[in-house]
Amino acid sequence: MKEQDITKRRKIKNKIFHALIFLCTLFGIFILSVLLFSILSKGLKWLSIDFITNFPSRFPKKAGIYPALLGSLWLIILTALISFPVGIGTALYLEEYAKDTKLTEFIKLNIANLAGVPAIIYGMLGLAVFVRMLGLGRSILSGALTMSLLILPTIIISSQEALRSVPESLKQASYALGTTKWQTITGVTLPYALPGILTGTILGISRALGEAAPLIVVGALAYVSFVPKTPFDQFTVLPIQIFNWSSMPKKEFQNVAAAGIIVLLFILLGINSIAILLRNKYQIRMKD
Amino acid sequence: MKRILSALLIAATALSFSACAKQEKLAGTIKIDGSSTVYPITQAVAEEFNKQNPDVNITVGISGTGGGFKKFVVGETDINDASRKVKDEELEKAKANGIEMMELEVAYDGIAVVVNKDNNWVDDITTEELKMIWDKDSKVVYWSDVRPEWPKEKIKLYGPGTDSGTFDYFTAEINGEEKRIRTDYTASEDDNVLVQGVAGDKYAMGFFGHSYYEENKDNLKALKINGVEPTTENIRNGSYKPLSRPLFIYVNTKSLERPELKAFVKFYLEKAKDLVEQVGYVPLEDAKYQEQLNKIK
Repeated sequence: MKEQDITKRRKIKNKIFHALIFLCTLFGIFILSVLLFSILSKGLKWLSIDFITNFPSRFPKKAGIYPALLGSLWLIILTALISFPVGIGTALYLEEYAKDTKLTEFIKLNIANLAGVPAIIYGMLGLAVFVRMLGLGRSILSGALTMSLLILPTIIISSQEALRSVPESLKQASYALGTTKWQTITGVTLPYALPGILTGTILGISRALGEAAPLIVVGALAYVSFVPKTPFDQFTVLPIQIFNWSSMPKKEFQNVAAAGIIVLLFILLGINSIAILLRNKYQIRMKD
Repeated sequence: MKRILSALLIAATALSFSACAKQEKLAGTIKIDGSSTVYPITQAVAEEFNKQNPDVNITVGISGTGGGFKKFVVGETDINDASRKVKDEELEKAKANGIEMMELEVAYDGIAVVVNKDNNWVDDITTEELKMIWDKDSKVVYWSDVRPEWPKEKIKLYGPGTDSGTFDYFTAEINGEEKRIRTDYTASEDDNVLVQGVAGDKYAMGFFGHSYYEENKDNLKALKINGVEPTTENIRNGSYKPLSRPLFIYVNTKSLERPELKAFVKFYLEKAKDLVEQVGYVPLEDAKYQEQLNKIK
């Protein structure tokens, strides 16, 4: 009789915890759908071709996102071009070449710490080093270099994880064929680790796309009447444009801001799905 | 470097063109930064100016009046939007860098003190009472602490954050010292957050730019200050005291020699009357705009 009781209680406990963690999952999904719903219901009818191709305006109906959209694309592409090679290079060095010295430990510890530094600090660093010291001005290049610094720790750490997951047996097999270290890295290690590296990089780049604070410090602007043509041009980006609209007195601008958020979300989803596609492609190739 | 060179080139060609033919197309880059309060006006002017002069690149930032002056006094920008007059230390810095500036008034702005639509006990408040409520170490917790006949309900306060010119102006005028204010109010740099805060709470009180009140009249009630209503007329003639103020742009006099910049500033003052009203501020008197225009001739 008593034993049955205990079993019953254990089973009930089990069910309660099952329900609790299910609720936790629901909580996230619920908040996300409320957010999405309010954004979509506000912004969807403001979304049009004109909205994409127009310049900002004091009239909500005429306001467009074109310079901010192009500014964001410029920034993201440059940031990717800078941070991808530097990040993977660092990770390769730390995992494959560096000896286990105090210095290596120190570098690793610092990279881990840098990942937790608030974004605005990077903005101030970017202002001091890129804008002022190197004289790059308040340009897209300064912004992209700052953003690269911001996301490098993320890229390095996730690349390190990916490189570490390459089975030692594969590398030894490669060495057994008489290859050099570099040949093993390019032929075996990198291809195997690439899906993991890509995931980390894309996460970093998505973050750079959504950041506004460091760019405000570096000098991205609220209103730009032209489209950037070179990396030395001044610029604005989507998050700043959206923030700017959300703080305008006219109520309709709230809807314009919502439409801007939809565009930003769309690009983020686009980048993430490219990442997933690439990852799947390489994963399949490795299995063959 | 390249950019500076090309800008110089463009400026030089523009200059030589304007020398021989006045109707020549304007080109170049105009850099503006400063107050977020003045921003909507400047943006509107830039938008209209670009319709006629598509080759002039205009950038407008919103670093705040003080933040904008930091860039202006080292010559990084041509024009600074300002919701207060330039400070002495800013003038000194400009002088040290060889920068001279011209002050131009462009509009009036009032600061509205607002309460909830359902608030039926207060229509009118004095500056002394405002100071009692908002001052540093204020003892006011309940509405009844201000006037005994008001309800014994907690007063919820909303105001702009410390980077805003509106904040500087309100604290200086009401509490007698810039940035002197009680610390336990809800602060936000985004005025729409303040609007929502006051609109959603029967016992709330807040202050922000008059244009935000105009856009949200349905949900808010603006208080008379010392018996004067915050109407356009009262803000313009200064009787809405002490919470009405002029808005400025500061122009680098050296930049003013560039034809595209001079054209822009002239355009600004000529079109300001209509544009200022469209974006929710109070235009100056016609004579006053003419006075400003004479300054740049």
